[in-house]
Amino acid sequence: MATAVITPERENYLNQEYGIKSWLLTVDHKRIALLYLVSITFFFFIGGFFALLIRLELLTPAGDLVQADTYNKLFTMHGQVMIFFFLIPSIPAVLGNFLVPLMIGAKDLAFPRINLLSWYLYIIAGVLMLHCICTGGVDTGWTFYTPFSTAFSNTKVVEAGVAIFIAGFSSILTGLNFVVTIHRMRAPGMTWSRLPLFIWAHYATSIIQLLGTPVLAITLLLVVFERLFHLGIFDPTRGGDPLLFQHLFWFYSHPAVYIMILPAMAVESEVVACFTRKRIFGYHFVAMSSIAIAVFGFLVWAHHMFVAGISLYSALIFSALSYLVAVPSAIKVFNWTATMYKGSITFTTPMLYAFGFIGLFTMGGLTGLFLAALGIDVHVTDTYFIIAHFHYIMVGGAVMGYLGGLHFWWPKISGRMYPEWLGKFAALIVFLGFNLTFFPQFILGYMGMPRRYWQYPPEFQVLNVLSTAGSTILAVGYVLPMVYFLWSMRYGKIADDNPWGAAGLEWQTTSPPPTFNFDVPPVVTWEAYNYDQIPAPAEEVSVER
Amino acid sequence: MSDSPAALERHDQHRPHGPELLHHFSSAQQQRDAASLGMWLFLGTEIMFFGGMFLAYLIYRLWYFNEFAAGSRSLDITLGTVNTIVLICSSLTVALGVRAAQMGKRKLLVILLLLTLIFGLAFLGIKGVEWYAKYKEHHIPGASFDAGDLIRDYPQIHIDPAHAQIYFSLYFAMTGLHALHMIIGVGLFTYLLYHSMKGRYGPEYYTPIEMGGLYWHFVDVVWIYLFPLLYLIDRKPLG
Amino acid sequence: MSEHVLSSKTYYGIWIALMILTVVTARVAFIDLGPFNTVVALVIATCKALLVVLFFMHVKYASEKLIKMVIVASIFWLLLLLLLSLADYGTRYVRHG
Repeated sequence: MATAVITPERENYLNQEYGIKSWLLTVDHKRIALLYLVSITFFFFIGGFFALLIRLELLTPAGDLVQADTYNKLFTMHGQVMIFFFLIPSIPAVLGNFLVPLMIGAKDLAFPRINLLSWYLYIIAGVLMLHCICTGGVDTGWTFYTPFSTAFSNTKVVEAGVAIFIAGFSSILTGLNFVVTIHRMRAPGMTWSRLPLFIWAHYATSIIQLLGTPVLAITLLLVVFERLFHLGIFDPTRGGDPLLFQHLFWFYSHPAVYIMILPAMAVESEVVACFTRKRIFGYHFVAMSSIAIAVFGFLVWAHHMFVAGISLYSALIFSALSYLVAVPSAIKVFNWTATMYKGSITFTTPMLYAFGFIGLFTMGGLTGLFLAALGIDVHVTDTYFIIAHFHYIMVGGAVMGYLGGLHFWWPKISGRMYPEWLGKFAALIVFLGFNLTFFPQFILGYMGMPRRYWQYPPEFQVLNVLSTAGSTILAVGYVLPMVYFLWSMRYGKIADDNPWGAAGLEWQTTSPPPTFNFDVPPVVTWEAYNYDQIPAPAEEVSVER
Repeated sequence: MSDSPAALERHDQHRPHGPELLHHFSSAQQQRDAASLGMWLFLGTEIMFFGGMFLAYLIYRLWYFNEFAAGSRSLDITLGTVNTIVLICSSLTVALGVRAAQMGKRKLLVILLLLTLIFGLAFLGIKGVEWYAKYKEHHIPGASFDAGDLIRDYPQIHIDPAHAQIYFSLYFAMTGLHALHMIIGVGLFTYLLYHSMKGRYGPEYYTPIEMGGLYWHFVDVVWIYLFPLLYLIDRKPLG
Repeated sequence: MSEHVLSSKTYYGIWIALMILTVVTARVAFIDLGPFNTVVALVIATCKALLVVLFFMHVKYASEKLIKMVIVASIFWLLLLLLLSLADYGTRYVRHG
């Protein structure tokens, strides 16, 4: 790989045009990705702020920091902001937007203006959500269960519902863009079997976004109508069924968790392949598993309703289906691990996050299997066991996948290297902080501590204190990358076109890429992950500079 | 539809092409295929969007058949049938309009788009008349809802007013969402009419007409199902 | 989408069929077929929908299978929502109302 000598600075997508208009009216998928990066980072810290308040309250058994009603708002806002304004967009809107056209050899997404519209819808939704938070917030839990949300809550349910409705359309349009792009705009020679697994996983994610999000949209709309016009569709005193809301809500919200994890799996495949310098083991199995996760994910939603009042027979069906959905995820974990066997592994920051992902996602996923068993679920549902389960997947899995991906592609995005030793250090802090925060919660839940309670019996305090301590460490681990990424944009080492020696079309163009991605449109004649043909990077990238 | 953004104009490999080809596509065919797939995927999302309400309808119709039947009978079947016919006629004019564009017949295209708009507005007008009738009969859900007339008209079956309100809630939610889509369609076709009058569409480029047509047909298909589900639940002669 | 230009005769023919089916469905509703009223109404509606989708929306003449797959998948997913929910509603207590 030739080291780029950049004097004077080549024209790329960052310096091609300056000024706020060139950013706010851009249709370049790479600039839109950066717009998203800034916005979702903002909402991540908002959601994190609520998390810290929750953990502060839970330091002591008594409800002594905030009132119970306020606590209800804290966990609601934490969930809504983190899920709809951070996790769901995160990898697809930042890394997906940036990389999908590059990886398939296209100049941009199929609909660049719709891409920009996606971002504006996200911003409008975000502003509405912020306004909702600042003028009283919502206390229904992120799940908006009726009839509390429709008939009894005195908080701003309508505003939050509308905000998430709009954010949903942002998500739908992103998914639509990706599916059309992947079908229609692959470079000559880029057959489906030569696509990076990152593309397969984002394709599957987009299918879920397209088919599931509209159901959330109509459900929230019905909740808003019910609240505004006192309808009774979800009101049991007037013949309505609260479970109808839950069926409609979870029909989206379960597949939504696959929207959140599939893109992290996408990153995992790319990072593991690069830092073991091997083709992903069982490429076709991993690709088909992505599609299987997307399809099976729609078949299991009522496992969130086992104790809500659904019939026992349907509970049995959904329990069995929930075991089925674990299979494709397990296939992926086995294949990543098999890839590492006899691979040439380098422990770079992205690879550290990748290791963390495999371990923590597996723990989260396995505890999901425990929950699929009706007998266990009845015991631990609505306890901290559930909270630990999904945080292992969402934070230990998805967020670590996101951070790993940001580090891996940072040189391509910014043209700079982040400080590698700091990257490793932060990754370790995140891993330690994460486990200290959430592992005690498995025990707490099993011991019976309910979720969404602002006070608890004194015997649970020690574990809660450990969890809160962990959360402060985790917070440090999250702040560090933000600081050194910003620092690197000015002072970081200038990156080569392919500092990792990675496979993939995105590494065949400059760092950062030109506005139209490739000076010469690529023609693909090689298989994905052709590490046998790519030399390892000239310099040892894991050594601190 | 609108012009390419400035940033895309500065690409140095500039092949000659018609004004409508956006620069990130490699050919007009690719652009057309992308638009078509995009519109069909969007219609797929719309199926799921309406689908949530179909689930609610399904459950409550199973549970409260009597109230649903009574509520359905209170709708004006003549107006409903007329509206169905109006929409079918509008789908015809849309399909013929696409054909006119394909064949370069600009004047015919303009007439057909105009007719489509007239049919669309007629549908909305008739719907307004129906809703007004519901308002007069106190069938709009909310504080003023009163199912007394249904109870009086059907003494042989038990009618729970709360369940009847659920029927009308779904009636207004479903026809309301459908009408909103019609309004958007009318806006869309006003735009298409304007640009077709300026001669923008022809055999080389009629994608917006085709895509607008797909949307319009979809809204028609939704109504094709709403009509029997809402109006024809139980019209058997009583007694 | 296809470049196929259909004859206006075909369009008028489909239009006549749709009008006839509309009148039929409205009239049949007044005939007592027991539980089959609903079935007939939905069958007729589906025939009408098929005519619109296949001919007015040109799906019959689509050059690739992808569009048909999108339609089939969307309808399948809707049926998934309806039928799996019925797995619960159909096996609870039957409500009398």
